[in-house]
Amino acid sequence: MERDSLIINLEDISFSYSGDKLVLDHLSFQLRRGDRIGLVGPNGSGKTTVFHIIMGLLRPSSGRIELFGKPAEEERDFRTARGRIGLLFQDADDQLFCPTVLEDVAFGPLNLGKSPEQAREIALTTVARLDLSGFENRITYKLSGGEKRLVSLATVLAMDPEVLLLDEPTNGLDEQTEGKITDILKGLDLSCIFISHNLDFLMRTTDRIYAMANGKISLDEALAPHPHIHTHEFGRLPHKHER
Amino acid sequence: MIEEQFSTGESFVHGLDPRIKIVVAIPFSVVVAVSSSFLALFAALAMSLFLLVLTRLSARKVFYRLLLVNGLILFLWLLIPFTFKGEALFTIGPLVGTKEGVLYASRITLKCNAILLAMIALLATMPVFTLGHAMSQLHFPDKIIHLFLFTYRYIHVISQEYHRLVNAMKIRGFIARTNIHTYRSYAYLVGMLLVKSYDRAERVYKAMLCRGFSGKYYTLSQFSIKRGDIVYLALMSAAILGLVILQWSAIA
Repeated sequence: MERDSLIINLEDISFSYSGDKLVLDHLSFQLRRGDRIGLVGPNGSGKTTVFHIIMGLLRPSSGRIELFGKPAEEERDFRTARGRIGLLFQDADDQLFCPTVLEDVAFGPLNLGKSPEQAREIALTTVARLDLSGFENRITYKLSGGEKRLVSLATVLAMDPEVLLLDEPTNGLDEQTEGKITDILKGLDLSCIFISHNLDFLMRTTDRIYAMANGKISLDEALAPHPHIHTHEFGRLPHKHER
Repeated sequence: MIEEQFSTGESFVHGLDPRIKIVVAIPFSVVVAVSSSFLALFAALAMSLFLLVLTRLSARKVFYRLLLVNGLILFLWLLIPFTFKGEALFTIGPLVGTKEGVLYASRITLKCNAILLAMIALLATMPVFTLGHAMSQLHFPDKIIHLFLFTYRYIHVISQEYHRLVNAMKIRGFIARTNIHTYRSYAYLVGMLLVKSYDRAERVYKAMLCRGFSGKYYTLSQFSIKRGDIVYLALMSAAILGLVILQWSAIA
């Protein structure tokens, strides 16, 4: 597929939970190959809902979804697309359900039809790639919050997706783990959408940041220079910051 | 949360193929559960004690586990001898204990302990998830295996959620008393836990769908049967057959 081809195309999507207020209100959104997009917006503005609509976990009340150039309407259409789009859930405990790290990472590849040997190989490589070697036989529920997040990311990357949808990947992480995830994500040559409240993180990992409000997604491209007041030790000495 | 304290060890039994142990455990428990002859039941108890000795587990820990179950059985002893019709054996005040009742309670006690000891020796000597995988290789229904593994995985999460909620109550000064406020708060707690578990189940299922789950659970582990497994299986089958014969000859 050429570089600029449409991967995700949402047209005029409306969605509401239990019939009341529209969470997505005639929303349209495109992701092209190679796009790296950040998505910001207040709590409850429907960011996660957009991800779930793309994956076919929720069905819109109206509108059209196209994934990889094909209309996606039924479970079958989404099932094929899910092998090519990786979604990282907000809460790692939702994602990790196998007893050991290795099995959890191998779960996706096994579902995609890999043999146990191949799946084990893929899982080991992915785990090593995320600097988690030695974690293979750790019990998933006994990991720390940061470790859980990294392992969840490994479970998604092990499926070798073409698109990555991450829902608040840095939420609740310490600086060190956040830095690690940022580095990993910067190094990936994938199309992606990251939901986050962490603008610093988005500036480092994405090319464009969209905002979500009133059930729609919009792009704010104008660069707005703005001063910051901030404090830190030795702040009295003259100094510069990178950005 | 759940400590699998018997699952690791160096003994011969720990090294056996998990499938063999399941294959032995099932007919053993069925045969013991339906047996009524005391000869057969004592033989079964002896057999499970022997199995346990082979595992070289700490006798103290096994004893504590037995205490737990026998605590329940104690209640049966308080009821059954006095509620069974039959020949009077002893009296305590207005209560009459019957011979049949005592025999019946003894059978239950023997059966429970024999089966429990065998389960500790056979099933508890492997990690829970190995048990699940061995079940899947033995072609147990997928649904049972999913239920089993998921229950195990999420009991911990639910218990964490429970403790979070309890702490949330405590830091706002909640003290359990005998009043409506306490009962209502506990009802809220249980209700909240149910709702949360349900939501959790929903999200986990969605996360699985995203990773290509389509109802079939594949596993990484592959087991291999060695000569020791065959010998063990042969001996155990003979022993279980022996129990059947003992029981049979008692009826005939």
